[in-house]
Amino acid sequence: MRNLAPVLTVTAVLIAIWYAAVIPMNQQWAQDQARRAGQDLSFTALVADTMSQQRPRLPAPHQVAAELWNSTVVEELTGRRGIVNTGSLSNRSLVYHGWVTLSATLLGFAIGSVLGISLAIGIVHNRAMDASIMPWAIASQTIPILAIAPMIIVVLNAVGITGLVPKAIISTYLSFFPVVVGMVKGLRAPDHMQLDLMKTYYASGTQVLAKLRLPSSMPYLFASLKVAIAAALVGAIVAELPTGAVAGLGARLLSGSYYGQTVQIWSALFAAAILAAGMVALISLIQRATLKRMGMAT
Amino acid sequence: MIVLHKTGGVQWAGMMLALLLAVAVGGTGDLPFSAVAAILVTGLIFLAPRGQINWLVIAAMAAGIGISALALLPFAQSTLLFWAMVLAVWLGAWLLVASIAESPRLPGLPGRAQSLLAPLGFGATLLWLWEITVRALDVPRVILPAPSLIWDRLIRSTDILWIDFVQTFVKGALSGYAIGVGAALVFALLVDRSDFLRRGLLPVGNFLAALPIIGTAPIMVMWFGFDWPSKAAVVVAMVFFPMLVNTVQGLAATDAMQRDLMRTYSASWTQSLLKLRLPAAMPFIFNGLKIASTLALIGAIVAEFFGSPTRGMGFRISTEVGRLQLDMVWAEIAVAALAGSLFYGILALAERGVTFWHPSQRKR
Repeated sequence: MRNLAPVLTVTAVLIAIWYAAVIPMNQQWAQDQARRAGQDLSFTALVADTMSQQRPRLPAPHQVAAELWNSTVVEELTGRRGIVNTGSLSNRSLVYHGWVTLSATLLGFAIGSVLGISLAIGIVHNRAMDASIMPWAIASQTIPILAIAPMIIVVLNAVGITGLVPKAIISTYLSFFPVVVGMVKGLRAPDHMQLDLMKTYYASGTQVLAKLRLPSSMPYLFASLKVAIAAALVGAIVAELPTGAVAGLGARLLSGSYYGQTVQIWSALFAAAILAAGMVALISLIQRATLKRMGMAT
Repeated sequence: MIVLHKTGGVQWAGMMLALLLAVAVGGTGDLPFSAVAAILVTGLIFLAPRGQINWLVIAAMAAGIGISALALLPFAQSTLLFWAMVLAVWLGAWLLVASIAESPRLPGLPGRAQSLLAPLGFGATLLWLWEITVRALDVPRVILPAPSLIWDRLIRSTDILWIDFVQTFVKGALSGYAIGVGAALVFALLVDRSDFLRRGLLPVGNFLAALPIIGTAPIMVMWFGFDWPSKAAVVVAMVFFPMLVNTVQGLAATDAMQRDLMRTYSASWTQSLLKLRLPAAMPFIFNGLKIASTLALIGAIVAEFFGSPTRGMGFRISTEVGRLQLDMVWAEIAVAALAGSLFYGILALAERGVTFWHPSQRKR
């Protein structure tokens, strides 16, 4: 809690800068409107106008917050297609789009972390894998997968794989790498003394893995899982761009940019931010509980 | 049985079994004799006793597998016989990579080149498997073109690729990278002067660095237009926070003892920054630079999906996908991967030069 005051201050300053930037960013349109109407715009009127435009270049924070509230709670509770009236999530609400993105993210993240952990175990136990796979795992990340995501989606669509799986593949690709790197480091964390002790116990490779290497890699695992889930979310969002803006936060971004609905773009962006923060916080919680039980909490 | 206990013994046994299967299924009638002979010779060489001639054995095995792999290419077909041969060659290549990885390191420059051999062998195997699978299964070009086709396209359209490269990488990614990294460094120095700011900015910066900032691309395109400035702006937004967080962390990495020493020297803030804290921060700064380098290329390419002039890698990828010219798309990907790897490699080399004292850079 020592950091609470500084963090709140920094956040407040950021929001203040945002508000201050809203006025110059939006004043062009406000002044054009006033000139057309033949009016003179006072400063207070200008500020009031820039804060409440329909399609601002930069929406004010409260507009984004209101849009977030309207497109989640209000839409679901009172909307014609909301969950209260129809029993299913409204396709105009961010809850629905967020869930579409989240499910792809979680599937990709799950596959990616399992793949990453198994690759790391292979790399630690097999010299040939260590020498040949590790450089390619690094090289694979310099290929801008996000940039080729559209092609993968389109090609998979062409072979008849649609829906969740193509998006999850992109997420998997982005999330396996941090897990591999972190787990290789973690599985190699036990020092010679500990490994020697296992040897004197006549422990087999599997036993060393289960009793020594895996437990001591836990802090590394959680650190890399946090990075991986954030990367998986980015992957899922970008993977939604080329599917023709059907569903998902990425689709909301794209349709917002087509129709100039800046408030919609910003609210989708913030919904994504909230999702990312929530998932990272969840992993932190699991991490704290696990490390505490293992007696490794710091 | 002794063979099985050698490194790669299992792969060797698999290779020989696959070869036997191939011969049993169809003799060598439909396949080039050279492929079968070369792989058989490779298998026999593996059994040779090793001493000083280790590298000679490996070179001979590489030649055998190479000959066999090339000889198989024109005969690609989807028969059991053929797949058995492919399996044999693949296991042979695996055996080769394992043998290289197990060989003792030579001292000096050859030793450094040696560490590249195993990954190169692995990469060549993957490319060969890709090529031969596409040929044997007759995969349509609109789904997955063969590497040879992609190479062909790469050679034929270097001019277009170069224009795209300049537009996206040099103008968009590099300029944004320079601005973003520079701004983050300056800002980190400012933040560093106040403990309050540092404690506030680190959690916020960490949070912002984990966000899908790539989503700001449509906004940036709206603000800065279609040409490269909007791409550079996305790159700036993407690289700023990871770089800031890493630098601030790095500047805090010195311990109290070292700072006290600087105080006893009565060093000024600038002096202790230049002589102690910046050098100590370098591993962190380079970590940030490396993360930012991959982010920069991604940001520049993805931002082009939201609107761009009629050139650029992202533009080319999205339009050529629409025209089902997948060989062109893969050529762009190859260029992007090459540029990204080179960028990363240059940074890694610079890191080795600057932070030669750090434990992670010591020779293993």
